[in-house]
Amino acid sequence: MNPDRRHFLGWGAAAAGAAAVTTLAPGFRLIELAQARSPQEAASKLQRWGLLIDITKCGECDACVTACHEENGVTGHGRPETDAQWIRKVSLRDKRTGYAQTLPLMCQHCEHPPCVDVCPTGASFKRDDGIVLVDKHTCIGCRYCVMACPYAARSFVHEATSGQKPDVPRGKGTVESCTLCVHRVDRGETPACVEACNKDGGKAMAFGDLNDASSEIHRRLKSQPSSQIRADLALNTGVRYQGL
Amino acid sequence: MMRIAAGIVAAVLLLAGVADAGEKQASRVSVPVVKIEKGEACVAPTGEMRRDHMKMLLHQRDRTMRQGLREPRFSLKGCVDCHASQKTGSVLGKEGFCSSCHEYAAVSIDCFECHSPNPRKQAAAKP
Repeated sequence: MNPDRRHFLGWGAAAAGAAAVTTLAPGFRLIELAQARSPQEAASKLQRWGLLIDITKCGECDACVTACHEENGVTGHGRPETDAQWIRKVSLRDKRTGYAQTLPLMCQHCEHPPCVDVCPTGASFKRDDGIVLVDKHTCIGCRYCVMACPYAARSFVHEATSGQKPDVPRGKGTVESCTLCVHRVDRGETPACVEACNKDGGKAMAFGDLNDASSEIHRRLKSQPSSQIRADLALNTGVRYQGL
Repeated sequence: MMRIAAGIVAAVLLLAGVADAGEKQASRVSVPVVKIEKGEACVAPTGEMRRDHMKMLLHQRDRTMRQGLREPRFSLKGCVDCHASQKTGSVLGKEGFCSSCHEYAAVSIDCFECHSPNPRKQAAAKP
């Protein structure tokens, strides 16, 4: 065999091998993406965390609300008008047919968040992995973001707080909202509401990376109908609903 | 010769002790209580910690909040886990590690308006 022929065959085998690796199966990887980041690794733009909520499975319970407020140490003072609220159950009712539905509503973690647009100090921001947060170190409590949010997802802390959770600082004079349980997500866990819904509720909520083709949430969004609340605002929310 | 030297050293130490006690009594401001409850060594030498702990915390704060970097070295939770008093379970209070020094230096700390001054519950179990 002359050297040229041998090289040609070698290249051919290499090309065939590469093609086989890339086309083994859609969504199949030889090395799986790691779910939990190491503490030394910054949040990445490659990921976009989101929720998919199947309202047809959402019943009358409020396991998600209880779990959220327990996890994040959100306590009230018995004043529903001003108490902080990170997630709430909303009831919908078709006036003509009387068909009633209920769904959990929280920060929708928009791609183009209005709360970030209006913040005068840059305290309201979107992390690279799509989670919208309030940096309470720079929040001055002006509440522009509370006004700007079309989902009324944000709350203002009116009163001095105590007994905060070490992972979830909260304080008087700042605005807060659902963080998608960022402290749990950074540890590679799912948000408290999703965990509670799958354990005690109707298994209506799913959490995952919208960009990861192998994730359940990506697969379901690709193959089944889903909707955003106020899709007309073109905010591209990270929280999607089914059966709305 | 050695005995004399030892005697001088002992006398100096004794005098220093007396002077120290006298200063404590004379001062109207209570001297900070620096009681290290846990761990052999801090994340940096004591001098550096005394001068620069606020810079470390400020730097880490922005990295954690904005980029999601939860490096354990300069985390406030880490400070609290080691320095919280065994008695009160807090870094605040009259003899609290943070508050007693800050009161002495007349520097207000805002950290614990929002952050928990108590250590994490599972902290003891983790290595």
